[in-house]
Amino acid sequence: MDLTFSAEERAFEKEVRDYIAESLTPEMKRATALTPSVFSDPDIGMAWQRALHRKGWGAPGWPVDHGGPDWTPAQRWIFEAECARAGVPNVNVMGVKMVGPVIIGFGSPEQKNFYLPRILSGEDYWCQGYSEPGSGSDLSSLKTRAVRDGDDYVVNGTKIWTTHAHHANRMFALVRTSDGERQQDGISFILIDMKTPGITTRPILTIGGDHEVNQVFFDDVRVPVANRVGEEGKGWTHGKYLLEFERGSGIASAKLREALKSISDLAGSEITGRAIEDPDIAIRMSELEVDIDALEMTELRVLSALQTGQNPGAVSSLIKLRVSEIRQAVTRLGVDVVGQDGLAVEPARPLYRLNHEPVIPEDLLPVVPEYLNSRAYTIFGGSSEIQRDIIAKMVLGL
Amino acid sequence: MDLTLSDEQRLLRESADRFVAETFTSDHRKKTANDPLGYSPAIWKQFAELGWLALPISEAHGGLGGGAIEIGLLMEAFGRGLVSEPFFSTVVIGAALVAECGTEAQKQAILPKVAEGVLTLAFAHSERAARFDLAHVDTTATKTADGWRLNGSKITVLDGAAAGQVIVSARIASANGASGKLGLFLVPAGAPGLTLRDYARLGGGRGCNLDLRDVQLPADALLGDGQDALPAIETVVDRAMAALGAEAVGIMQTLLDTTLEYTKIRKQFGRPLSANQVIRHRLADVAMQVDEARSMALRAALMANAEPVARGRAASGAKAKIGRCARFVAEQAVQLHGAMGVTEELDIGAYFKRLLAFDTLFGGSAHHYRRHAALSGRVHA
Repeated sequence: MDLTFSAEERAFEKEVRDYIAESLTPEMKRATALTPSVFSDPDIGMAWQRALHRKGWGAPGWPVDHGGPDWTPAQRWIFEAECARAGVPNVNVMGVKMVGPVIIGFGSPEQKNFYLPRILSGEDYWCQGYSEPGSGSDLSSLKTRAVRDGDDYVVNGTKIWTTHAHHANRMFALVRTSDGERQQDGISFILIDMKTPGITTRPILTIGGDHEVNQVFFDDVRVPVANRVGEEGKGWTHGKYLLEFERGSGIASAKLREALKSISDLAGSEITGRAIEDPDIAIRMSELEVDIDALEMTELRVLSALQTGQNPGAVSSLIKLRVSEIRQAVTRLGVDVVGQDGLAVEPARPLYRLNHEPVIPEDLLPVVPEYLNSRAYTIFGGSSEIQRDIIAKMVLGL
Repeated sequence: MDLTLSDEQRLLRESADRFVAETFTSDHRKKTANDPLGYSPAIWKQFAELGWLALPISEAHGGLGGGAIEIGLLMEAFGRGLVSEPFFSTVVIGAALVAECGTEAQKQAILPKVAEGVLTLAFAHSERAARFDLAHVDTTATKTADGWRLNGSKITVLDGAAAGQVIVSARIASANGASGKLGLFLVPAGAPGLTLRDYARLGGGRGCNLDLRDVQLPADALLGDGQDALPAIETVVDRAMAALGAEAVGIMQTLLDTTLEYTKIRKQFGRPLSANQVIRHRLADVAMQVDEARSMALRAALMANAEPVARGRAASGAKAKIGRCARFVAEQAVQLHGAMGVTEELDIGAYFKRLLAFDTLFGGSAHHYRRHAALSGRVHA
């Protein structure tokens, strides 16, 4: 057993570091630091996606014949860690990490040829049509209906919490094409062009002051049957596959470490009156660093198992739970480090393109919005309560 | 980067798990609970035959040259069976102190005997006034014409009464009377002036408090050539905390397994306890904390040979985090067993108490988060 990387892996690490250094612009870095929401806006996020694509690194998890770089698990780890360290934009995962794997796994050759290159290049921008007002944790109770009419489905209903629907030109959605015995039956996975007539998008502002999510309405929206991925009525299986990607795709510890480091830098600075001198703040920082150490070791254990061809088991729920809790604790510490200056709320967005001088130092601006937004981490992608259900069933066999 | 076990390590784990499951049964524990020695010399002999006592000792001194990972595998198995044999005090601490500080002659005299199972050791370091500060030692060693004279008091000497030699830390008075560096002294069992208050330790095994009144020792009782022993003590204690962490993981895993079984079997309101979501979620949290503890113990073992600050941060981080997880897991195991959990009729209580002992040994979570923060340059300890 050892924690060190091989000489080849070290060389790869340097290659990644060098490439990031030459392609990450100061504007992208600043914009990322000043983005309190989960994902960078597309102007920043897609600029970075294009930079990665130029290098052949646009989709680290994809098979090589679809444009993946054919990395080992250790290389993927190194790549994610270097990206986190450098503070690269948070590219919206809906394309590369979510719909991409489903199309690769279940799509027709035509669908693969059409969509996959456009995801890699950043030409298409995707959003996810899963949740509905009446179907959150109980996702498979969804009611948006797609009725067959010739070569089209006619879609009626509504989707909610749709991240970046206002930026996206495409949506992948779970819709009901028939009523089965179980509510999981009769669901299909379809790809929708967001410019199709009958689609309207309503912004939803979240408590951090950001416009990241939306509600999307479908009023007799015609979607070609050719846009269905996989079998009709089997969409739940494909959708679940993707949710596992959503939970297990992350190598999250490196990002959390950087988030803690930026809070730590603020705490050591005059702009927070040197908050670190409060022993309570200092101890909490150590507690969180240790929590991140434990998470990182768990991620490395999974990585090591994957590397040697073993099945790491149902740990993705365990990791999702800890990642979201630690993220919230880090942002909560941030609020306490900023102190009373946190009351000076800056409502304008984006924070990296303000038309006025902010009241408080720029570096403090995203901290309180980040905390407020981070409340969503234990809710999206399967709430913590759902994760605990999964752990009890899948890990503990209850 | 590889965190999988080698074939040899897997064999070690399998043989340790099997031996512990067969030997350290509930009945065995009840029988030895009131044993004045606190462990079985016959089993100790088997440990030697299995090569376990030689495991971390260098090959030059009759050992097998194993490291922190191997120690962790054994300790985790020992935790599952609440083993009370003095492996931790003799091998993990005692032999390691001799290996770190001793002269070649001292190593040759002591380490092969430990490996063969004919000599047990104990470490007398903690003092009441020191709390958990490893540098705080009031016990004194004064140079005499033909050796040393020791005076002072020690607490929490693990397995001290059964030890053939006790390694006592003392501050060496310098010529002008000012206190100087720390030394480690080999004090044979029964040395005149040494009195011992032996007790049955919380959670199993024995412990004792020591009084040293003008204990006369030969010149070669001092381990090493007179260098300050504090860095060696810190090294050995950091590694020992990693080993204790692995033991705690074994204890916690057993508590989780036992509690899972119990909640499946125990029925109230016409259904098993485990059918209730509040119970399922609690068990999910317990499982998560056991897993976090496992990661931290492994991390501390992998960092056992790192430079002192990195090693200390890993060891204190592990001790703090595992301690916190241990309290939660132990308390939930009792809670979920209901009234049975607070009786001596089940083993739950014994495992609970061993985790409580783990948490306080070498300092609890609060102390180690403070040390972590200090080593990270965040606060002064």
